[in-house]
Formats: sequence, C-alpha cells, structure tokens
Amino acid sequence: MTEATAAAENEHEHAEGEEHHGDHPKWLQHHWDTPAQQFDAAKIGMWAFLGQELLFFSGLFVAYAIYRTWYGDAFAAGSHELSRPLGTINTCVLLFSSLTAALAVRSSQLGKKNETTVLILLTIACAFAFLCIKYMEYHVKFEHGLLPGSFFGTPRDILTFAPIPGATSEHAAALPPHTHAFFSLYFVMTGLHAIHVIIGIGVWIWILRRNLRGDFSRRYFTPVDVTALYWHLVDLVWIYLFPMLYLIDYVGPHKG
Amino acid sequence: MAAITTDHKGHGDGHGDPNVSYLDVKKGIMSWLITLDHKRIGIMYLVSVMTFFVFAGVMALLVRLKLFTPGRTIMDPDTYNRVFTIHGVVMVFLFIIPAIPAALGNFVLPIMLGAKDVAFPRLNLLSYYIYVLGSCFAIFSLVNGAVDTGWTFYTPYSTTTNGAVVAMVMGAFIAGFSSILTGVNFIVTIHKLRAPGLTWSRLPLFLWGIYATSILQVLATPVLAITLLLLMLERVLDIGIFDPHKGGDPVLFQHFFWFYSHPAVYIMILPGMAIVNELIATFTHRKIMGYRAVFISSLALALFSFLVWAHHMFVSGQSEYANMVFSALTFLVAIPSGVKVFNWTGTLYKASIWVASPMLYALAFLFQFCIGGLTGLFLAMLATDVHLHDTYFVVAHFHYVMVGSTVFAFFGGVHFWWPKITGKLYPERTAKTIFWIIFVGYNTVFLPQFVLGSRGMPRRYYDYLPQYQTLHQISTVGSWILAFGGFWMIFMFIQSLRNGKKSPRNPWNSAGYEWGSPTPPPLENFVKQPVFTRGPYDYHLATDAEVAED
Amino acid sequence: MINLLGLVPPAAFDLPPAISAEAPDVDWLYNMIYYVSVFFTVVITALMLYWVRKYRRRPGDKRMETPHYPRLEIAWTVIPIFFVVFLFHWGFKAYMRQAIAAPDALEIRVRGQKWFWTFTYPNGREENNNLYLPVGKQVKFVISSADVLHSFYIPGARTKKDAVPGMYTVMVVTPNQLGDTPVFCAEYCGAPLGYPEPALEGAPHGGHSAMMAMIHVVPQDEFDKFIKEGPKRPEGLNDAQWGQKLYRENACITCHSVDGSKGTGPSWKGLWGSTVELNSALSGGVGSVTFDEKYVHESVLKPTAKVVSGFNPVMPPYNLSDKQIDAIIAYMKTLK
Repeated sequence: MTEATAAAENEHEHAEGEEHHGDHPKWLQHHWDTPAQQFDAAKIGMWAFLGQELLFFSGLFVAYAIYRTWYGDAFAAGSHELSRPLGTINTCVLLFSSLTAALAVRSSQLGKKNETTVLILLTIACAFAFLCIKYMEYHVKFEHGLLPGSFFGTPRDILTFAPIPGATSEHAAALPPHTHAFFSLYFVMTGLHAIHVIIGIGVWIWILRRNLRGDFSRRYFTPVDVTALYWHLVDLVWIYLFPMLYLIDYVGPHKG
Repeated sequence: MAAITTDHKGHGDGHGDPNVSYLDVKKGIMSWLITLDHKRIGIMYLVSVMTFFVFAGVMALLVRLKLFTPGRTIMDPDTYNRVFTIHGVVMVFLFIIPAIPAALGNFVLPIMLGAKDVAFPRLNLLSYYIYVLGSCFAIFSLVNGAVDTGWTFYTPYSTTTNGAVVAMVMGAFIAGFSSILTGVNFIVTIHKLRAPGLTWSRLPLFLWGIYATSILQVLATPVLAITLLLLMLERVLDIGIFDPHKGGDPVLFQHFFWFYSHPAVYIMILPGMAIVNELIATFTHRKIMGYRAVFISSLALALFSFLVWAHHMFVSGQSEYANMVFSALTFLVAIPSGVKVFNWTGTLYKASIWVASPMLYALAFLFQFCIGGLTGLFLAMLATDVHLHDTYFVVAHFHYVMVGSTVFAFFGGVHFWWPKITGKLYPERTAKTIFWIIFVGYNTVFLPQFVLGSRGMPRRYYDYLPQYQTLHQISTVGSWILAFGGFWMIFMFIQSLRNGKKSPRNPWNSAGYEWGSPTPPPLENFVKQPVFTRGPYDYHLATDAEVAED
Repeated sequence: MINLLGLVPPAAFDLPPAISAEAPDVDWLYNMIYYVSVFFTVVITALMLYWVRKYRRRPGDKRMETPHYPRLEIAWTVIPIFFVVFLFHWGFKAYMRQAIAAPDALEIRVRGQKWFWTFTYPNGREENNNLYLPVGKQVKFVISSADVLHSFYIPGARTKKDAVPGMYTVMVVTPNQLGDTPVFCAEYCGAPLGYPEPALEGAPHGGHSAMMAMIHVVPQDEFDKFIKEGPKRPEGLNDAQWGQKLYRENACITCHSVDGSKGTGPSWKGLWGSTVELNSALSGGVGSVTFDEKYVHESVLKPTAKVVSGFNPVMPPYNLSDKQIDAIIAYMKTLK
C-alpha cells in the first residue's frame, strides 16, 4: 500500500486501531453519527439500487409483451422447446438459495459466525448449481440451433460458437416464423439474469471472506443484509422469467 | 456530537483541523486521484466536464462554420455527420448530465446539509471513475472512425452504418451507471445526513432540485442502459429486436430511447432551475416566493417527465390515440414550469436586489427559459408540431432550454460558488462584460433558428436551399461571439486561480447554509457540527453577522 | 372551425407559403401561440427589468420576509390549466384533419430510400423525386421505406410523417394552390461518401439533405393526362441519354461516380465488360463475375445478390422496367 493510499484509508476510517470513543466503533465511517444512521443509509441505498435494477429489466419485459402479442404462436412454440423440468429445478434451487441467504442474515444478526459461514457457502453452492443447470440448457439450445436472430437454425458449438459441421436443425426449421425473436429475448433475459447471478457469487465470496475475518457482529451486519437484499432481487427476477419463458404457452385470442 | 468533531486532532495530517482548508490538507496529484472528499471529487468532475464542454463546443463551431454557406466548404457530408454526432453525444452524456449534479452538486450538497461528506464516499469516487471509463470508450470511438448516427442512435440506421458505434454506445452505457450511482448516493445523503434542525420544509431548493434529479437518474437511466445494451447486441449478435427484416420494431427503440431521454432532459434542466433558486434568493435577500409551490413543481416535473416521452414521436407512425394522450400530457408540463417562472419573477417584487455577475446569469435564465418553455407549446400541440418536428425550431427550442437555461444556470452557479470552491475572487467587472458577450452571442445563434425551422429548414442538414442562407449566417456569426465570451470566461477563471484576491467567508452576503462554513471549507466542511435554527432563505431571521462578508 | 374568436389570421412572417387546405388552421394556431408567447415573454421580462431597477439594493435595506399571495398563486396555477386544455383540443382537431383520409382520396404510395423518393400513382405509374398532384383533391400518402428511417415533409402543407421500414404510415394533404412546393427528408438518414450530385436538380447536396423532391400541383385535366403516360423515353433523347437521365433521377449518382472516384458503390467508369471481384461471403460463394447485361439486370432488381468486393450491401432494390434498365446499360457502355 502506498503512503497516499494508506493516508486515504486513514482519512475515512481514522479510528481504526485506535481507542474508540463511546458510540464510534471502527466500522462506523467518520461522517456518520450513529450506527443506526449508517445502517439505514445502506438499506435505502440498496433499495434505490434495486429500483434501478427493476427498471433495467423492465425494458426487456416490455419487449417481451410486445413480441408475445405479435407472434403468439412463435412464442408458444418457443416455450415448448424449453425444458420445464430443468426450469423447475432451477427455480427451486434459486428459491432455496434465497432462504439460505435470509438465514445467513439472521445468523449474522445473532452473531453466529460459523453458522453464517455455512449458510453463505450454501447460497454460493446453489448459485453455482443454478449456473450449471443453465449451462446444460444453453448447450441443448446451441446444439439444436435454437439461437437468437440471424443465428437461428444453425447448430453451433457452445464454447467456440463455430457452426457444427454437417449438423442441420430440422427442429428449428419446423418452428413457426419469428421463433428466433423468442430465442433472442430468451437469451438476452436469461443471460442478463445469469450475469447478475455471477456478480452475486462474487459479492457473496467477498462477504464470506469478511465474515471469516470476523468483521461482523450483533451490532454490525449491514453488508450481509444488503447483499441478501440484492440476492432476493435476482431471485425475484427469475420468478418472473420462469413462467414468462417456460410456462405460458397461450397463443393469443385471434389465433384460437 | 461535539465530541466527534473535536476528536480528530492529533493525526498530524491536518485531518479535521478546521483552520486548514480542504485544498491544503494534502498536496500532490495522488491526493486528488484517490480522494474520498466530496469537494475534491466535485472539482475533478468540474475539470472533466469543462474539458468535454470545450471539445464539444469546438465541434459545434465547426458545424456552424460549415453552415455559413451552402455547398461543400470545410468538410464532406460524411465528416459533417460525424462532427454533429460527436457534438451531441459528448454534450449530452459527458457534459450536461454530470455538469450540475455531479460537479457542483457534489461540492455543495453535503455542505448545504451540514454534513461532513456524502453518504457513500467510496461509491462517489467509483462513480467518477466509471464516468472516466465511459469517457475513455467515447474517446476510443472518436479515434476509430467515430459515429454518424446522431446522439439519438435511431435504429435501423445505427445498426447498419459504418463506424465505431458499439464503442460509443458502450461509453454512454457506462457513463449511465455513473449517473445512477451518483443519484443513489445523493438520495441517501439527503435522507440520512441532514444536520439537526434541517427539516424537509427547510431544505434548500437547490437540494430539492437535486433530489428530484436523483430520482430521475435512478429510475430512468437503467432504461437507457437496457436500450443501449440491446442496440449493441443487435449490432454484434444480430438479435433482431429492432430489425424490421427479422420481425423487430424500429419504433420500439424510439419508445425505449425517449423513455429515458425525456426524463434525461429534466435531469439536465431541474438542477439548472435549482441553482437559479439559490441565486435569486441570495441576490434579492429574501425567500423565494411560494417555496412550497416551487419544490412541489420540481417533483411534479420529475413525475410528468415519465409520462410524456412519446411526444418526440408524433410523426413516427405511432397511433393517433397515442399522439392524443401524449399531446395532452405534454401540455401539463407547462403548469409547473409556469409556476416556477411566476414565483421567480414575483420574488423580485419589493426585494433588495443586487445585480452581481451570478445574478445576471439568473436573470438571463429567466428570460431564456420563458422563450424555451413557451416554444414548447408549439411542440406540444399536435397540429403545429407535425410542421416543426425535426426542424431547426426544435433545435432552437432544445438549445434554449439546455444552453439558455441549464448552461446559463451552470455558469451562474460556477460564478456563485467559485469563491467557496477556490477561496479566490474573480474580477466582477470583467465577469459582467463576459456575461453580456455570452448573452448577445447566445441569442444571436439561436433566435434565428426558430425562424429557420418555421420556414421549413430540417435539422441535421449538411446543405440547404439558398433561401435559408441569411439566417444561417447570422447564427454562425453569433457562434463566434459566444465562443469568444466562453473562452474569455475560462481564461478569467484561470487567472483568478493564479492571482485572484482572497475571498471573504461570504462574498455575496448570503444566508444560505453553505456560506456558514469557512471559505474554502475545511476537510469536514464545518468547524463544529451546525444546528440549523432557520430556513436557508429566512433573511429576516438571519443575523447581520451571518450575512456579513466575514 | 378554429377561428373561434373571429380573428383574421395574421400574416405569417416566418411560415412558408401555404399550399394546402389544411395549412391555414395550423397557421392560425401557430400565430396564436406565437403572440401569446411574445406577450408573456415581454411582460415577464419587462417586470423583471423594471423591478430589478426599482428595487436595487440600497444601503440600509431591511431584510424582509417574502409576502404570500395565495390567491395569486392559485390563479396562476389554475388558469393556465384551462388555457392548455383548449390548446390541446384545437391542436388535436387540426391535426386529425391531416391524419384521417376520406374514402375517395387519391392514394399515392411514397417510398423513401437513400437518398431519393419514389412515388407510385394508383394506376401503377412510378416516378422519382417529382410528384404531380391535382389541385383541390384530397391526397392520402401511404409512406414506407426501403432501408432506414426517413420523414416525408412538405413544409408548404405544414405536415410530415416518418417513412419506417416494415411499416406503412399515412398522411393527408389537400393541395389547393397551383404551383411547385418542395419536399424534404426530415429524419436523419446519413450521407454518401464524397460530394455526389443530388438526384433532383437544384436540390442541396449531402445524402439526408439532398433527399428533396418537388411537388407540382396542376389542374385535374393536366394530372389525368400525366398519369396516363407510361414511363417512356423522353422525346429527342437516345437510349444512352435517357440512361444518363435515369442515372440521376434514380439517385444512382449518389453512390456510383462516372469519373472513377470512390463512392459508396463502385464507380461505373470503365466497368462495362470488365471482370469484377465479388465479396464471395456475401455473394453466395461466387468469387467474380463479368460486368454484363445479366449482372446489371440482376443488380438493379436484387442488389444484394452479388456484392462487389470492398463495398457494403447497402443498395436498395429498384423497380425499373426492362426498357429503363436497357437505357442505363446503354449509358454505362459510353463510360469508357
């Protein structure tokens, strides 16, 4: 650490390693008066951020609504191509991880460090399981050429993205026109969601490290709490994606 | 409370010492680049946005110079398209959106709140570097062929044209996250870091404006983010969401784009209005008339801004029902805007008015916002909009609100807080001269453009029929006057920095909260935790000592 | 109908001459808002300047509380609401006259493409950049685009509508003045490389700004005579000369030079009879082709089938007759 960085660190966590005065413990940043104030601020900040996340996904929901209305048969056919069993398992995995995340918050509030460690590890494991299942699903779609936009209909290797020589997709060819629009949205929506899961894993690992270091206590568990909030949002987005993409196969009133 | 503020002595680095200004606490380039001090971060933003402002301003001068005569002069059509696109993209995403909230807001907001810093100082610095990263992408795009899409990136043109579109869009995408995080930070700061006695009904109007802006930044910018992301995917992966050949809808892009970009216009203007409140109150020595109506109108504008996006699309082919609804909703914007103008004007009545240089900018704002706002009526009304849409009338209207209002307010704010920021004074006479040059230059550029538009001159034209030449020439000459004033102003401020006189604590005799701290402020803004017992504009309650210079 | 107050519309100093039956209503509204705006701007600015002068700060000024005028505040909030409701109503009514066509309106198909306009009459006759309309007859424009967004803008009729690929948009105009009036493209659509001549003679240059057409409003009998004529070789021109005319009218000129200079598409100079390298990835694996009648014919009707190496597949398909293509070929042969 350079001297300047050290100074800057000091500047804002000045009390570190020194004696603390009454209600100003080391994890309380210098510009806050009380722990409650800092905790509330972190919560409001995370909620505002979650509002931003919702609107980020909302654009995709609007696009989905429009193209679903226009191409009801294609969307119904596309949804039949997805694996409902795998989707259901993934939904359960994510719901369970939300439970472990919530329990991790509770155990850190109670100051049970080891229990928190186990619960965070479980959450991370679920996240990895989710991604593995998602990979398996993607793999099948790539092999069948069920790909977005102009890539639709050409089977491709999922890792190199090269067309699989000799492979053709009668599968894709038999689907109604504009099914590629369904898969465009499928990959963008689930892909963005997966990126959120990956970011979540990164944050959980950081929280795990801080927990192992003993940063959290009955009085200070803010990072665990706000990370769990974020994690619940990732879960919530999936709760909408799952029925929209996997379950609804209503064609539309005019198509019968 | 008091225990905390007096506690920090003995660190040896001047930390918390109220007699050392934040500028002198630490020296050296690194003490700036990794600072967590909101004031220094604000200054870094100020320097960055001014750099982009000058750059994009030069682009505008090139555009105007080309339009001085019809035909092929200083550049080819293809180059011209790139130049006006760069002007638009850089001005919007790298200058005007961060200009007031991130630069001046960062500096002033915690001081006005009586706080030591923003709620999340690290996030604040991160926002700045995200902004820098976005700028880097934009610059990368510029040196790799730039883009010729216009700042609106309309599909399918933007998905089919040559040039470094993905890099430029990526730049705007990343800069958007800087804006979102700044918004989150300010919302939390205003909620949780108000000093004792600072109730919501005493909140300075500047902060009401920033608060409304922050809500827009948090709720509107992500829609731009997803739109730009889809645009990039469209270009790179050909997903076809906006491509009519693949069953996509190019007009959907416009809906997405304006769902952000209309609120974005309020992200630009609300902070400008917010500054004008501070200027008028200080220089009339009284509370803004109808304080409550003024902050409610800010929130109302923020709300309405989400409901009017499709008035940018009256001729896009959307349904007549949509046109009807959005025209009606757009007219509603006139009400809170009118309330603000009437209250500002009313505040002058029987006041005690000092026309100092920042006040000149505020008064020019009032005049130009009248023009910018009232010409909005032509564009809200369906029958007249279909004639004026996409003509120079829109260009002039937009610039009257964005430059004549926001940038003038920004200049006013820079003049007003310059002593607070630097501890130096600037020569008042010179500043007033420069104001008049900028005022005359500005109006010479844009007033003729209303007439050009009414006469049918479409925007983004490289070449035009001879009948439009006179008005184009007047406009171009105006751009030279404006540029002369602008460069002189920058020179004046640099001179002030080098050998300006030392500023007293309160050079404008303001009762505003931010002037209650030393000038320039110490690292943690106040000598001791302030407790507010009056509103920021309660001049009748302020003591003579409070509004005295020292 | 809008002239409720019985006011005569004042002469517009900043609106172009009106050519349609719908325009006067728009002009009346424009002028009304114009004078309202001028009134408010002048009143507010005058009050501002007067008070700034009258109440300038003097030594010994007391700092007073700002008085409240609740009735005034309510008035200036509520009265404008009524005003804007009327504005909306009038504006919407006048707008709908230009949005909805009568069943017997003359239907003209408008297609925008980089960088010229194509008009199709009800009998199938096509014409580029010059549009003949009968006076006094309501015209329904059905507008589409072959490539990117354009906007069909007739300043004299005070109206415009975007040309959107994959969509048909509608705009209604009733021309009531004999004479010529320009059409501009109002939606940005890019530019060609270099500085080629515009498709319409006398138009500005530069792609988007060069995309100008001319409307000629003529008496009904003249119009009837005009649309009966098919596209035929103008009198006194040989095939090559007609080809040169078509080269310009169809805006081939904006992308293909005839002097060998680089443009958006390959120059035609010396191209006839040569062997051209193709971008085989875009041309179905074909590597080269002889530049002959067959290739020209295919490239006019289906331009992206075989793309010359080093150029982008951006040319829109053209709906030209065999005679017209032959004339263009005759012109190409002269470009040695």
